[in-house]
Amino acid sequence: MNVILPGAATANPVTRGAIDCDLHPGVPGIATLLPYMNDFWRDSFVRRGMDGFDLASYPPGAPLSCRPDWRPASGKPGTDLAQFRAQALDGFGTRFAICNTLYGGQVAVSETMGAAICSAINDWIAAEWLAADPRLRASIVVPAQAPHLAAEEIERLAGDRRFVQVLLPVAAELLYGKSYYWPIWAAAEKHGLPVGLHAGAMFRYAPTSNGWPSHYLHDYVSQSHSFEDQLLSLVSEGVFVRFPKLRIVLLESGVSWLPGFLWRSVKTWRGVRSEVPWVKRPPAEIIREHVRLTVQPFDVPADDATATGDILRQIGADDMLLFATDYPHWQFEGGNVLPPGIPPETLRRIMVDNPLATYPRLQESIA
Amino acid sequence: MSKHVVARVAELPPGERKLVTVKGRPIAVFNLDGEFFGLMNRCPHQGAPLCAGDLTGLMTADTPGEYQMSRPGEIIRCPWHGWEFDVRTGQSWCEPSRIKTKQVPVEIAAGEALVKGPYIAEKVAVAVEEDYLIVEV
Repeated sequence: MNVILPGAATANPVTRGAIDCDLHPGVPGIATLLPYMNDFWRDSFVRRGMDGFDLASYPPGAPLSCRPDWRPASGKPGTDLAQFRAQALDGFGTRFAICNTLYGGQVAVSETMGAAICSAINDWIAAEWLAADPRLRASIVVPAQAPHLAAEEIERLAGDRRFVQVLLPVAAELLYGKSYYWPIWAAAEKHGLPVGLHAGAMFRYAPTSNGWPSHYLHDYVSQSHSFEDQLLSLVSEGVFVRFPKLRIVLLESGVSWLPGFLWRSVKTWRGVRSEVPWVKRPPAEIIREHVRLTVQPFDVPADDATATGDILRQIGADDMLLFATDYPHWQFEGGNVLPPGIPPETLRRIMVDNPLATYPRLQESIA
Repeated sequence: MSKHVVARVAELPPGERKLVTVKGRPIAVFNLDGEFFGLMNRCPHQGAPLCAGDLTGLMTADTPGEYQMSRPGEIIRCPWHGWEFDVRTGQSWCEPSRIKTKQVPVEIAAGEALVKGPYIAEKVAVAVEEDYLIVEV
């Protein structure tokens, strides 16, 4: 089942030369990371027999976690670099691909263990993935449960220009506007690194504001609420005032919830803005300036050619959307990576211009 | 355009506002420390009577969490949805260039001058020893 997208590299003019802003290398297991840990943690993981830090958000066996024709013959989704290159890079003709590793370091209950796993992932991805293919870039994974350690990890790796972003789960222990998280925003801004918020939660607090959902259906559909919550928090707590150069990228958010959200945030702000007087511009303007979204998935009906154009018009900015396959997650079939109805000029921006503008370190590497 | 006597100055002490009707149009007249300003009593959003809203100051902040309040009593908040308008200009705070309520010029005239005209004072009895508020509509 490894042969996909027959002829896509040459036949799909949409993706050739594009910048794929959301792909997921798989971590085979803790054993893979042990060489990148210090003596204490290497000993701890082995002696205590700890493994299986896959996220509850994307269990390796779940259908969403891997498109059937991208599922490796053995091992977890996204763990085979050769397959990753053949399917995700060669298959789409990708120019650059940003690896967003989703694994338990970002959510582990222990702050220091989480930080150790994150650091090991970063060093592993640099040594075994980024070094293996010049098209690959990566996000710095950081322990969301320990913002001061996250900031240290950003500092440790910011000098490696192949790391182009910082990665956090969209739902953490608190809303991201709280000052508790400001060390992360400060470090990211200092180094010109956008911060990607990826769908997924820590799953030790209810992932919806009304409690624990019973089913996958609810869990996945309601992710957009978390994106809305975090955006409102970042805007209303003044994070973009305090860190004016900070950029946030919403990964796997679904996109099409955005217009109604922007409209409502402006409407409400007009009436109550005096409680947050540092929010001096309509929230939609602030979000259009500071926030970008990957387009996998892009929740619009595939049989309505006008729906996508309507949403793009309502979003009101043609520099916000970034191309992504979400490889190997199962979001689309064959080579139909985007819904119909995107004007050619906008398409070119989504594929190339917007990612280059969002990630200054990509721009550097082609300058 | 014509000028209308709408009230005695003494009726509207500093910090107060008064709703008057001229040519069938409701106008809110404000006294800001002895300066008088008139606004159409109609929020440009959905037509609420602005004069019935709270008069407040301007809340600003240069950084998150550091609140400042200035210009006390110079901002009227629409009673329906809380949009803020600058009493001095009629401009909204949220979108000053696009969303504003119409200003109505207000001036003070001595009763002595009013008796000579050309002012229209169908509702306010004019005495020569008093000062009056005049709006031009």
